[in-house]
Amino acid sequence: MDNFLEFERPIEELSAKIDELERVSQTQNIDLGNEISKLETRRQKVTQDIFSSLDPWQVTQLARHPMRPYTLDYVGLTFDGFQELHGDRMFADDRSIVAGIGKFDRWNVALIGHQKGRDTREKLRRNFGMPKPEGYRKAQRVMKLAEKFNLPIVTLIDTPGAYPGIDAEERGQSEAIARSLSVMTGLRVPVISAVIGEGGSGGALAIGICDRLIMMEYSTYSVISPEGCASILWKNADKAPEAAAAMKITSADLKRLGLVDEIVQEPLGGAHRNYERAAAHLNASLVRHLEEVSNMTTPELLGKRYERLQSFGEFQSAK
Amino acid sequence: MSWFERLIPPKIKVRSALNKRSVPEGLWHKCGACSAVLYGTELERTSQVCPKCGHHMRLSARERFRTLFDEAEFTELATSLQSTDPLRFKDSKRYKERLSDAQKESRESEAVICAHGRVAGSELVAVAFEFKYMGGSMGSVVGERFVRAVDHALQTQTPLVCFIASGGARMQESILSLMQMAKTTAALNKLHEAGLPYISVLTDPTMGGVSASIAMLGDVIIAEPKALVGFAGARVIEQTVRETLPEGFQRAEFLLEHGAIDMIVTRDQMCSVIAGLLKILAPSSGRSIEGELVF
Repeated sequence: MDNFLEFERPIEELSAKIDELERVSQTQNIDLGNEISKLETRRQKVTQDIFSSLDPWQVTQLARHPMRPYTLDYVGLTFDGFQELHGDRMFADDRSIVAGIGKFDRWNVALIGHQKGRDTREKLRRNFGMPKPEGYRKAQRVMKLAEKFNLPIVTLIDTPGAYPGIDAEERGQSEAIARSLSVMTGLRVPVISAVIGEGGSGGALAIGICDRLIMMEYSTYSVISPEGCASILWKNADKAPEAAAAMKITSADLKRLGLVDEIVQEPLGGAHRNYERAAAHLNASLVRHLEEVSNMTTPELLGKRYERLQSFGEFQSAK
Repeated sequence: MSWFERLIPPKIKVRSALNKRSVPEGLWHKCGACSAVLYGTELERTSQVCPKCGHHMRLSARERFRTLFDEAEFTELATSLQSTDPLRFKDSKRYKERLSDAQKESRESEAVICAHGRVAGSELVAVAFEFKYMGGSMGSVVGERFVRAVDHALQTQTPLVCFIASGGARMQESILSLMQMAKTTAALNKLHEAGLPYISVLTDPTMGGVSASIAMLGDVIIAEPKALVGFAGARVIEQTVRETLPEGFQRAEFLLEHGAIDMIVTRDQMCSVIAGLLKILAPSSGRSIEGELVF
C-alpha cells in the first residue's frame, strides 16, 4: 500500500530505508531490530508532524487517494449479508452508485453509496464514481423501498461530481438530482450520510440529505471542485490549491460552519493506511447516530430534518 | 481619417471625440442572434424580444414582474436580507467587492426578487432571478428569499411561479450555496404537500445547482425559446467527453424533445399561458384546502 503523495516524501524515504533494512536482515541473517524500530519510531513522529498540519489541498489529495477505502470496502468490513440491488427499472444499472440492503450492527438498513474503481478497467466500469441520471434514479428507487419496509438509510458519499456528459444531459441529469433531493427530504425513515472521500457538489448532495452528517477526517465537501473553481474565478486551474483553501472544503471547515455533526478520526497517515481501523471508527460513529435518530417518531424526525435544512445559509437583515 | 478631419485643429478634434462618447448608453442594442440594430424603447415594448427575428434576450427581474403582474403592480417580499460573506471569500477580488459591484450593475440588492400581486385577477407569488447580479447565482440570501416566497404562498394559499436565469450555485459561499439546493427543495415539498401549484419558467440560462433543484421541480415546467438549460456547462462536457456537442444541445427545444420540460412559451404569451394553467390548477378552481370537494 505504498503510493505516497508529494507531501509524504519524508515518510516514503523512511519507509524505503526500513524496507531495505528488513531485506538485509532477512537475506544476510543479521539482527537489525534495534535500527528498524528506531526508524519506525522516527517514521511515526514524521507522519504525525506532517498530518497534524495538512493544508486544504493536501486534504483534497488524500480524499482522492487511489488507495482510499471506497463504499464497497466499508460495506465488506461492516455489513452482514449485504445484497446489492441493481438498476433504475427505467434505463440501466449505473455502477457508479451501489445500492442494497443488509444487516448493519443490530439494524436492517439500506445502503447507498458512490463507488469508484481501483484499476483502469474498474474505474471505467464505475465511471470514476460519477453517476448519470440512472444512478440517482436507482438510489431513489431503493430509498423508497427502504421507506416501505421501514429500514433506516445509510449513504456513503464519494464522488468528484455528477457525470458531465451528453447522454447524462439528454436523460435529465438536473431532474434526477432535483428529484433525489425532493425524495430524500420527505423520507419517513432516518438517513445518516457519511462523506468518505470526495463530496463533489450536486452529485454528492443528491444522496446526502440526511438527519446526521458525518465526515471522515480527510474528506472534502464543496460546491465545485477546486480545479473548477480556480478555472472560473482565477481563470487558471493551477490555482486549485488557493481555491481549495478559499472554499472551506475540509471536514474541519464544515464543522466550524456547523454543517457536520461529527468528524470521524482516520488512522495515522489516512484511511488508506489501515482499512480495518478506518471502518471501525466509521462504524462506531454510524451506530451512535443511528441510535439517536431511530428513537424519534416520524413527525419528530421529519420536523427536525426540515429545521436542519432550513438552517443552512448565513445572511443578515438590513435595518 | 478623411481629408476634412485632417484640416480640423487638434483641440476641436478632441471635443468631437468627447461628443461621440456622450451619446446616451443603452439607446441602441444589437440583437445577439440576427445582429439587427434595435432601438432601446422598442425593445422595452417587446420585453427584450427582437422584433426582427424573435430572439429572446435577457429580461431583468424587475421588468419581468412589470410584465407579469396586473397593472405592473406588486409588493416585494424579503427585501431586507443581505449577504454577509460568511467565508470571507477572496479570489482575484473580494466577495464583498463583487457584491457591491453586482448591486451597482443590476440595481438590485440580491440575485432574486420576490413579490406578490395579481395575475389575470388572481393572487400569485412570484420569484425572478436577476442575471446581472453575479450571474443570478444562488447563495444564502437567494435560498432564503426563495423559501420566504414559498412561506408566503403557503400562508396565503397562493400558487408560486419562479422565473429562473442563473448560472448555478454561488462559488463564493461554497458549501452554503450547495445547501441552498436542499433548503429550497425542502420548502417546495411543503408547497407540494399543501396542494399548491408551482410553475417554474426556465429562461436563458438555467444551469448547475439551480437547474438541479428548483428549476426541475415545477408541477409544470415552461421554458423560453432557445433558453440554455442543463446541469453541466458546455465547456466542462467538451473537456470530459472530448467531442463537439450536437447542434442545439441544452437548448429549450432539445429539452422538450427529450421530455424534460412541458412546453416552450414565447414571452408575449407567457402571462396568458401561466394564468390559464393556474385557472385549472389553483385551489380556488373547485378544490377546497380542507380536502373536501367544493364545486
